[in-house]
Amino acid sequence: MQPKLITLTINGRTHQVALKPNVTLLHALRDLGYTDVKNGCEKGDCGACAVLLNGRAVNSCLVLAWQADGAEITTAAGLGTVDRPHPIQEALADSGGVQCGFCIPGIVVSAKALLDRNPNPTEEEIREAISGNLCRCTGYTLIVEGIRRIIESKNQ
Amino acid sequence: MLPEFELLMPRTLPEALEMLAGRAPDGMPIAGGTNVIPDLRGGRYRPACLVNVAGLPELSGIRQEDGMLVIGGGVTVAEVLEDPLVARYAPVLREAARSLASPLVRNRATVAGNLANASPAADMAPPLLVLDAEVELASREGTRRVPLKDFFLGVRRTVRQPHELITAIRVPLPPATARARFFKVALRKADAIAVVNGAVRVDLGDSGFCQTARIALGAVAPTPIRAYEAERALEGHPLTPETIAQAARLAAEATRTIDDIRGSAAYRRHVTEVLVRRALEGLWSRE
Repeated sequence: MQPKLITLTINGRTHQVALKPNVTLLHALRDLGYTDVKNGCEKGDCGACAVLLNGRAVNSCLVLAWQADGAEITTAAGLGTVDRPHPIQEALADSGGVQCGFCIPGIVVSAKALLDRNPNPTEEEIREAISGNLCRCTGYTLIVEGIRRIIESKNQ
Repeated sequence: MLPEFELLMPRTLPEALEMLAGRAPDGMPIAGGTNVIPDLRGGRYRPACLVNVAGLPELSGIRQEDGMLVIGGGVTVAEVLEDPLVARYAPVLREAARSLASPLVRNRATVAGNLANASPAADMAPPLLVLDAEVELASREGTRRVPLKDFFLGVRRTVRQPHELITAIRVPLPPATARARFFKVALRKADAIAVVNGAVRVDLGDSGFCQTARIALGAVAPTPIRAYEAERALEGHPLTPETIAQAARLAAEATRTIDDIRGSAAYRRHVTEVLVRRALEGLWSRE
């Protein structure tokens, strides 16, 4: 099981990193310091590790790092920071959708993927879009509310 | 941490088939990884070698060819959901794709992988069964096509040999007079494994009599199944409340349900009859 040098472009920054074949993208990202990508279930059930992989939202725990060689990856922190939050992050904070916060990076990624494809989703479409993201504080109502606020403020 | 394995990264289909042949029976294809990786972690499989087939150019895309809808072996469930040819010719497959796991999984999971994994509850199986789909299996020696109804052998067992790869799923374009519907009961509306799933397809032709009837069921037997007796009860007859009720009863009789954490055997059997009846009733009553 020899390591191989692969290239990952993460939040616009290119990394070359030597990894063994059994390393998932989730662990590669966290080991590179992108700890906003959370390790929840490692089974694709919880969505805490969601990232955009070439523009598509995926569970990074279900991608082998070698499979992402050459890919562009965006994490929640790549969308916005505390100083300059993305509108999705701002809306989730303002709506009170953030409780313990563990699921939020994944929720942000799923919401971004939704709004990129469907700028005017219905409540059902919002719920469907985040159906792979589990919030164990069970704060879904305010999370959905937060995502709705973004749409409403854009439509004003 | 995942167990150790060798990972081969072919760039073309011939290269991938060569690697699978060279490493059989210890090699396993991996595409979206949504089943393979949890199964590696959980210890269900311990392959010495994985062959990455995600992104192989020969396996991409959905096309129409000689009266068939050809879904490439690398096509994801999300791509099925977005594809105009699927929307036009196989909306029943689209309905099923919408219910499979979550968007995060659908962006990686392939249709071929959903079949190869051979879960009794595979959501892609019932719609493809009612559409008379064929699975195209390629190896270094050549290509063969297996009707999907003959593809599954048991829980997680199929006719695919270790050195073979699903390169396409081929669906005959259904006649315009046929209608189909998918159904699923699960413990929540999204991102849930089916307690019962299934699909029905009926072609009434111009006569008002069923020329073709297909009923497929999942999560009610060791493999996704066709309910042949129920189909025969419809073919040659009009769709009436009586023929529909009879077909639904026979569909429930075709099941071999078990108790598990998602539902009891009796519940599954009961729900099968109800869902088949409603699906058949809905084919022409709701536009």
